[in-house]
Amino acid sequence: MSVVVSVSPPVAAGPPAHRGRARALRGGGLVCAVALLVLIMLVSLWVGSKSIPFGSTWSVLWHNDGSADAVIIHDQRLPRTLLGALVGAALGLAGAVMQALTRNPLADPGLLGVNNGAAAAVVSAIAFTGVTTVLGYVWFAFLGAAVASVVVYLLGTAGRGGATPDRLVMSGAALTAVLQAYIGAVLLIDPDTFNQFRFWNVGSLSGRRADVLVQVSPFIVIGIVLALLLARPLNVLALGEQTGKALGAHIGRTRVLGAIAVTLLCGASTAAIGPIAFIGLAVPQAVRILVGPDQRWVLPYSMILSPVLLIGSDVIGRILNPPEELQVGIVTAFLGAPVFIALCRRRKLARL
Amino acid sequence: MTAIDERPVRVRRVSLRVTPRALVVGIVLAVVLFVLSAVSMTTGDYPLSVLDVVKTLFGFGDAGTEFIVTTLRLPRLLLAILVGAALAVSGGVLQSLSGNPLGSPDVIGFTEGSATGALLVIVLAHGGSGEVALGALVGGVLTALAVGLLAYRRGLQGFRMILVGIGVAAMLTAANSYLITRASLQDAYAAQAWLVGGLNGRGWDEIWPVAIAVVVLLPLAFGYGRRLALLEMGDDSAKGLGVPVERSRAVLLAVAVTLCAVATAATGPIAFVALAAPQLAKRLARSAKPALVSSALMGALLLVASDLVTRLVFGEEGLPVGIATGAIGGLYLMWLLSNQWRRNRG
Repeated sequence: MSVVVSVSPPVAAGPPAHRGRARALRGGGLVCAVALLVLIMLVSLWVGSKSIPFGSTWSVLWHNDGSADAVIIHDQRLPRTLLGALVGAALGLAGAVMQALTRNPLADPGLLGVNNGAAAAVVSAIAFTGVTTVLGYVWFAFLGAAVASVVVYLLGTAGRGGATPDRLVMSGAALTAVLQAYIGAVLLIDPDTFNQFRFWNVGSLSGRRADVLVQVSPFIVIGIVLALLLARPLNVLALGEQTGKALGAHIGRTRVLGAIAVTLLCGASTAAIGPIAFIGLAVPQAVRILVGPDQRWVLPYSMILSPVLLIGSDVIGRILNPPEELQVGIVTAFLGAPVFIALCRRRKLARL
Repeated sequence: MTAIDERPVRVRRVSLRVTPRALVVGIVLAVVLFVLSAVSMTTGDYPLSVLDVVKTLFGFGDAGTEFIVTTLRLPRLLLAILVGAALAVSGGVLQSLSGNPLGSPDVIGFTEGSATGALLVIVLAHGGSGEVALGALVGGVLTALAVGLLAYRRGLQGFRMILVGIGVAAMLTAANSYLITRASLQDAYAAQAWLVGGLNGRGWDEIWPVAIAVVVLLPLAFGYGRRLALLEMGDDSAKGLGVPVERSRAVLLAVAVTLCAVATAATGPIAFVALAAPQLAKRLARSAKPALVSSALMGALLLVASDLVTRLVFGEEGLPVGIATGAIGGLYLMWLLSNQWRRNRG
């Protein structure tokens, strides 16, 4: 790493005129991304196993006239779409914050044990408490994700050196192994639990009603606000611990707040729709290639583009083979992975 | 620090550079493995004395003891040792090539590929254990090929390979979860049982392929171990020192992939051995270099110990050993990491 100290992030270097143009370009891009998100949300409302013309979808959306179409749109497609937007934003932001925090481009809720924490708690809930509904899983999943994040974080910060990337990832891998062993044992002993768990474990937006949305949204909204506020401190963190400290940054505080944001975002979203691979890893990775390493751009872009991928995948899962649905977790993986692999091949890797 | 400690050890014309500490660690691991094997052979539903076991092994035991030793316990022990060593060396080579402790076959998709192959056989073709093993082997090797080809771009770069591997693994994980939702409960359950990985019900049929792979490939891997250390210094330095970079890497990759695929085909994916054993061996030896021989011993040790513990706690045909390796390996790594960090940086 270079020892040149610059208070502004490395990408902002260059003549002022060029910098202004770059900022305008990125701002314009963000507006386009928002437009894309709105568009895909409309498509998600419009497309489904019952075909409703776009015109009536639009009018029924604003005037709930109690017709059958209105019930479908308002009770099923609207909560599903909104949940997709919220969870997508949460996953993208969580991935971006995690990667910045650990300074590890591979950081991802799956790798750091958070998904498995949620899964272990859901398995326990099914096996030992007789909970059978998605709504019932939410709190357990959330608790599990939170506990897993705390354990990984405490383990990663043991000693005085602080949480370095490889420590955190190794801690995550260790915890993941233990949790997977636990999950495997419970599932093998108890076939009924296995039968329920296998459907939660693919990750799906279907069947999630407005009540799930209401339950998880406070956590996700707080997580989003916290994450966005951390953009500047995360930029300082990217300069390295010593430099950051020399610049007067509160490294410890940034780490703790970042960990809280990640826990809120991952816990709530995994609780709501099950483990979704890949979005938190792939979108921020792609975004960094697009706009560079400045977190003030990476975070908002990740927040807007992740739901585009999530909702888009959900729509594709619905139209591929109607009336059956392909769960969104499967589509995101199959859609995200090739793009991600292509990016890895084509460009110089966007390292942190 | 290691460079200073290093002393060449010459046995006739073979020269090995080992640190005294690495040598001690290797010897200690081998001794512990031997003791554990003895314990494993003598304990169970029918306790035997060491003398009984030895006599039986040389063909002087009675029929009952002979059945217990040669049909039940010996194949199980051998399979544990072979699979443990194969997974550990596979993990050690891949971690070293990718320059990342996460570059183990569990993370970069090979294990997932084996699982997909096995699941396809179980769920779609309702195949028996031999076909499942074949499916796993084909799945693992095809996945490795795909990851290698997708990551290839004017040479294989370790970091890119991990990224591509994670991408492929994500896809395969999704496919596996999907296959499990599509299957009947019975098939899904069989698939889940295979996914945990275990030694229950395996016999000599499963051992031969692994044994052949290990006997051929482990010496090859050990022989390339020194080149592995040079490759870790970077391609340019390695080239400067006369290492044929691309060919060495290709050979090492092929060895690692085959070891992992064969082991997984025999027992199902046994969690964590490939990830943990090389790390544990490296830390015990306090070596910056890949320590493949100690890794192999450590892998075998981990698997034999885990199998012993599972059998003692849950009975002969109880929980599969994959659960114990995950739990024990994970907890031990957690303890080791926090302990070491507290000492070194504290």
